Order: sequence, then C-alpha cells, then structure tokens
Amino acid sequence: MNVVVCLKQVPGTTQVKIDPETNTLIRQGIENIINPFDTYAIEEGVRLRERFGGKVTAISMGPPQAETALKEAISLGADEGILLSDPAFAGADTWATSCTLFMALRKLEKYDLIICGRQTLDGDTGQVGPQLAEMLALPFIAYVSQIEEVADGEMRVRRMVEDGYEIMESSLPTVLTVVKEINTPRLPSLRGIARSKSASIPVWGVEELNADPDKVGLSGSFTRVVRIFSPQRVCRGEIFQGDVEDQVDCLISRLKDDGFL
Amino acid sequence: MEYFLTEEQKTIKSLARKIAEERVLPVRAELDEKEEFPWAIIRDLADADMFRVFVPEEYEGLGGGCLELCLVVEELSRVCGGVAATYAVNALGSYTLIEYGTEEQKKRYLPDIAAGKKLTAFAISEATAGSDASAIRMTAEKVEGGYRLNGTKQFITNAGEAELYTVIVLTDPSRGARGASAILVEKGTSGFTFGKEEKKMGIRASVTRELIFRNCLVPEENLIGREGMGFIQAMRLFDRSRPGIGAQAVGIAQGALEAAVDYAQQRIQFGQPIISLPVVQDMLAEMAIQVEAARALVYAAARTVDSGARKITEESAMAKVFASDVAMKVTTDAVQVCGGTGYMKDYPVEKMMRDAKITQIYEGANQILRNAIAVELRKRKARTE
Repeated sequence: MNVVVCLKQVPGTTQVKIDPETNTLIRQGIENIINPFDTYAIEEGVRLRERFGGKVTAISMGPPQAETALKEAISLGADEGILLSDPAFAGADTWATSCTLFMALRKLEKYDLIICGRQTLDGDTGQVGPQLAEMLALPFIAYVSQIEEVADGEMRVRRMVEDGYEIMESSLPTVLTVVKEINTPRLPSLRGIARSKSASIPVWGVEELNADPDKVGLSGSFTRVVRIFSPQRVCRGEIFQGDVEDQVDCLISRLKDDGFL
Repeated sequence: MEYFLTEEQKTIKSLARKIAEERVLPVRAELDEKEEFPWAIIRDLADADMFRVFVPEEYEGLGGGCLELCLVVEELSRVCGGVAATYAVNALGSYTLIEYGTEEQKKRYLPDIAAGKKLTAFAISEATAGSDASAIRMTAEKVEGGYRLNGTKQFITNAGEAELYTVIVLTDPSRGARGASAILVEKGTSGFTFGKEEKKMGIRASVTRELIFRNCLVPEENLIGREGMGFIQAMRLFDRSRPGIGAQAVGIAQGALEAAVDYAQQRIQFGQPIISLPVVQDMLAEMAIQVEAARALVYAAARTVDSGARKITEESAMAKVFASDVAMKVTTDAVQVCGGTGYMKDYPVEKMMRDAKITQIYEGANQILRNAIAVELRKRKARTE
C-alpha cells in the first residue's frame, strides 16, 4: 500500500507574537516543527505500511528549510520525502497550496491513500485536505479516528462527528484527514535518524511540476491577507469608593442597571 | 562543558532525553509507588533502537561502546534511576556473550536483544557471595547432553522479565573461583524458576528476584567461552560496566540538581527566592561542581574502556566510586534545599535520594572498589622499586 502524507512545517507554538511594526510573525527563538496534527498522519501511514507493505512518501510545500520537517518524517518511519519549494510558491493561500500539492501528486506514481492532518497549528483552516481531494476527483473523509479495515481496494473508517462517530466506506485511492485520537505517534528511532540524515530530499519547483505560474503562490491565491494584528486586549475596571456597604450598594445597582440582576 | 561528543553520540543523548521526558517523566512516580515493571517504556526504548546501541553492527546493533551506553543511561537516570537500571542491565547481560560467545551463539541471540524483543540479565550474586563474588556455590554438573544446574542466585535485576540469563556457576567446585563458568539459560527451561520479588528502597521501577535452579538441564552449547573462565569473564565484565553505574549516578545527581535549582528559584522565604541566600547558593554551586566533575570522570573512564585498553580496573572503579558518592551527596543536599517539600513524595527529590543509594552498593561496593584501586597503587609502587 503506497501512502502519501501531506505535512506542513509550522512554528512550534500556539503563542505566536506579531511584530506590531511589520505585522509579521516573530519567528525568532521559535523552533519549527512538523504540524502536530500531521504527525498522526505520518504515524498512520507508517502503520499501514507495516501491515500491508508498500511505502510512505511525505510531501510538503514550503521554504527550503521545510526540508528539516521531511527529514524528521523519515526519522519517524516515512520512506521518502519530496519538498515543493519555489520562490513562486510564496504567499500561497489554501487554494494555491492545494493546487501545488495536486500538481505534485499528479506527477507521483501510483498511490492508494493520501493522509493529511485535520488542520494546521498556524493557519487552522482545515481546507487543504478537502480541496486536494476535490482537485484529484477522489473520495474524501474528514476527521478519521480509526482505520477499521482495508481490503480489496476499499477501506472502512470511523470518523469523529460532534455527537459521536460515523462509520464510512470508501474505494481507494481516497483522501483522509485524521484526528489525534487515531494513534499515538512513535518517537524517532536512531536508525531512522541515521537514515534521515543521509536521505536526499528532491525539490520540485514550478519547472519540475510543469506548473502554470498563475495557479501557484500569491498569484494563484483567491484570498489576500490585508492586515495581521493582535487583537487589543481591553480590560476595563471600576473601583467603587466608600465603606463596604456603600460599595456593595453601588455594585448591586450597577449589576441591576446592566441587566445582570 | 564541552565533551567533544560526535554527531552520533549527540543524537543518542538527545533522543534518550526525549524518551525520558516524554515517556518516563509522566509515569515515574507511579512506577516508583507501585514497583511496576516499565514494559511500555521498554517498548518505546526498543522502537527508538536504544537496545541496538550496545550490540555490534554485524548482529543488527549500532556498534556503540561504553560511552554511548553511558549517554543513554545518564539521560534515563536524570528522570528515573529505576528505568535506567532496567535498561542498562541488558548490556550487562549481553557483554559476556558479545565478548566471548561463539558466532553461532551471537547470531542466535543478539539480533533479538538488539531489537529489544528479548531482555537479558546477569547473575553472579548468591546469599553467600556478594562483594566476595568468588564464594559462589551454584553448580553446573557436566552430564550426558549438557550441564545440570543447581543453586540459587540472589538480587538479580530483570529476573522474571528477561528471556536470557548469563549465569556464573561452578563447573568444577573443587577449584573454587577457577572452576567457575558462564552459562546461558533461557527463561522457560525446565528446572529454572524465579523466587520472591524483592521490595526495594530505590530503583523500584526495576525488578529484583531470585533465580532458582533445580536440576535444570541446559545444552552444552550454552557455555560461553571455556570452562573455568567464568570468574575472569565476570571481573572483566564489571571493569567495562562500572562506568555505566557512574553514568546512572551522574544522571540521578543531575536530575536532583535541576530540581533543587527550580525549587530554590520559586520558593520565597524572608521576602525573596531562597536562591538569593548565600548559604543556598553555596550548596547549589557545590552540587553543580560535583556533578560536572563526576560526569567528566565517567566519560573519561568510558572512553578508556572504548580505547580497548586491557587494564581498566582502576579507571572504571574510580568513575563508579566517585560518581556514586556524588549522587548520594547531591541528592541528599537537593532534599535539604527543598526542605519539607523535598521530603514529601509529591516532589521527586526524595525518590532520587533513595535511587542514588544503590549506586554506592551494586557492581562492587565502593569500599571494595577503593580497595581494588589501592591494590593497583601498591602493585605499581612495588614494580618501580
């Protein structure tokens, strides 16, 4: 079973700060990690390979340093990594990202399954998985928490929904996004790390993908980021004066005025 | 301090730390409280290739030496000395096989040991034979089809959980220590059972039991090396393994130092964090010096072992004695710095203090090892006169 895992390198924190002058992310001192949701996708891919054979290909679009994330994926059990990187890919929204991944998957040989994390830690949109499935004209199942069975070119999975779960079947190939309930990702192994250090990660750009430059990066994006800012935190307080009884009276009347009492 | 570790050694150390922090730390108090064998952690260590570290490459290992093993043991001990003991004993139970085993024996067992599928143990101590290891009484009588084993081994780490045991027995009781041999015994061999599970002061995540042999027949090919070499093999093994105990001690001490600094930083008394008090600063500084000195000596001894030098008794004994005394001192001081909180089980330093004690005792009590060092000093003096 050949599995493609899509992953993204993100800043290793949810406490990102925005530089108020440039309105960009302050990346200094923040380590880049594999998007945590994608680590479950890698683990599931590796488990499927361990059961059924085949290979796991990790694929990521990002700047050159995203190579580290792909190497880490190899240390966690992926067989190979492909980096989609080109200055023309910069500024991509989810649509342009999905488009680029779509072109890479078109170029890839036979695959049976594509797994993505449910969303990223930084963008938080959860759109790339479904968009990619749409572009590839493949079935799509979101929020998968268990792969129950794989047989005869079909797969049965359990997906999380708000008040329980659904069991769904799909033909293969198919696209899944997975949730953290699906597995506990393993730690890297020493042999995996050694393999990842010597692994060479091919880089595919506009040329390799034979991409239409208007469909990728900023020019292929439908959304524009107009402004990034940290919401102002406003804490208004009022200090009542007088002795305790006066203060209590003030408080009660204010609560009544505001309709709380 | 710069120890000039290779890239590979740094990788081993940082991965061991990651495992310790992510998989051991959340359960260490529970393992200690319940005296539970840490099977889940053993699986994690196996998946991360940690059991490959001390196995030669031709048997699916990574071919690391004493220093690589020490790095793993130190990092695990920084979080839990008991988990570290459980891991390290596998090297102890494999060294004799690695060094003296036949090609066939090594091919048969080492790949499974490297994969972490089979745990190992080493057994020499008996009720009558502790520091005086030559006083062992367990016998292996040569009979048709192999050796018949009779006797009881005491205080054996990993007993009951390990699949493979290197047991030092007398094949010729008339010759005393010169009649000792190392024999491999697999769990499940008829006549081989386990005795009571010891309740221990520290390293409680590790298991310690008796091995009981009653007319246990093992095939002749389970002998490691030659008959009569067992005692020498065991002594050589301990020369190589003692830096590992030193590393365990360094790890425990490092963990205690970090906990003490954390506590001193956040504990407010007399209107200030106690780390601003000169008496506390003095204690912490002394602890830090001791830990770093112990680490330097342990790494140096481990490198001496890895250099292939034949006579390493002194160096490895020095590392073990110094580091274990440091661990006892530093953990005791860590409890002192943390005061009443440190004495309570909710805080990790009392466990570290209990864990530290064994490092002064096992693989040669420090008194015996100081004696061994003094013997070498006298010999050297005699040679130069």
